[in-house]
Amino acid sequence: MSENHSRAPSGPALRVKALEALLEEKGLVDAATLDHIIDTFEHQVGPRNGARVVAKAWTDPGFRKLLLADATAAVAHLGYGGPEGGHLVAVENTARVHNLVVCTLCSCYPWSVLGLPPSWYKSFAYRSRAVRDPRGLLKEFGLEIPARREIRVWDSSAEQRYIVIPQRPAGSENVSEEALAKLVTRDSMIGTAIIAPVLRKETAE
Amino acid sequence: MGGMDGFGQIVREDDEPLFHFDWEARMFALLLACRPAGNIDELRHAIERIGASRYLNSSYYERWLDAAQILLIERGVLSRAELEARGAHPPIPSQPSMHFEGPPYEDSRMRARFRPGDHVIARNINPIGHTRLPRYARGKRGVIWRDWGVYAFPDSNAHGGGHRPHHVYSVAFDGRELWGAQAPRRDKVHIDLWEDHLETAKPGKVSKRAKTNTKGMRGSRR
Repeated sequence: MSENHSRAPSGPALRVKALEALLEEKGLVDAATLDHIIDTFEHQVGPRNGARVVAKAWTDPGFRKLLLADATAAVAHLGYGGPEGGHLVAVENTARVHNLVVCTLCSCYPWSVLGLPPSWYKSFAYRSRAVRDPRGLLKEFGLEIPARREIRVWDSSAEQRYIVIPQRPAGSENVSEEALAKLVTRDSMIGTAIIAPVLRKETAE
Repeated sequence: MGGMDGFGQIVREDDEPLFHFDWEARMFALLLACRPAGNIDELRHAIERIGASRYLNSSYYERWLDAAQILLIERGVLSRAELEARGAHPPIPSQPSMHFEGPPYEDSRMRARFRPGDHVIARNINPIGHTRLPRYARGKRGVIWRDWGVYAFPDSNAHGGGHRPHHVYSVAFDGRELWGAQAPRRDKVHIDLWEDHLETAKPGKVSKRAKTNTKGMRGSRR
């Protein structure tokens, strides 16, 4: 597919450089601002934020309730917000429902809690198939959802941005909130993965 | 792209970097920082106007680059000649930006016409300009699941028509309504649609299940 990054970077690289130079000469942008934006997304925003949100929802019933009622307000308590996070909606996986998030029109994604999306989320293959054949698509991700469980696909066609609260893995009853956050994967918060059960470490003696 | 064929399997990359090239990071930041490049709806429409074949042959940030150039030229911030002189090669848009044409906006539009549980039908509209009503939902029946409150309307805001704010709803569509009998019975697609995308439908074809799903937590409003 030509939509991936296999093509030579020189064309767009030169075009972006020229565009930045022109805008800078006109005083419309400055390099330091761009550096700051890039640094923020490379180092401060990312799926670790969402994992903290999920772990807290698993361990704090009051937070879970607020998260499901008003996710934007709930994650603001943890200091998360900003662009593409202003109207956050948390949808919870249960024994009856598995949620899957897509943006068929462009590539809308909850930046405030998951950072910038992976390339596959932005790919034409994902955007076209998630709504039409979610079960077949999830099989490609190694996930087989039982037929009795509803799959609910969320097409992010307006301002709402969706984060999936995956099911808490079996065997994690005594795991701390901090350690739980480390179990939560980015894909589980998009809905293309679930979290594997926690195996009890065999204690010596 | 919802429902289109022919894009094959989903290719995933292990340990993918946030940006694959420096220019991608610069382009990302440029568009976030450069307000004269237009509002988000104008930007999305500009991406749609780079032309279908170019769109399908471009990477994500190449599409941002094309759209930014188109908008900056149209808004008079930069000239095509200036960009050409620097080797920035702006694309020719597949169609011009358009002016919004619609009845005058009335404040009464802030009142919600639909409530959770209402049966609706997504309008079969096919505008030449920008719309957030996905093609695969047009003419399909669904049930209002949630009222998200009032939001600016991209279908006008992308075309200089102003915000024209009105209600956005999460609408639940049965998979079978969208894709036919081969779709699993239980599965649903929720699409966020503006009130102008919807009209009242008589109950009937939509399953009872969709209706019982309207129970749930209240949405946040702004």
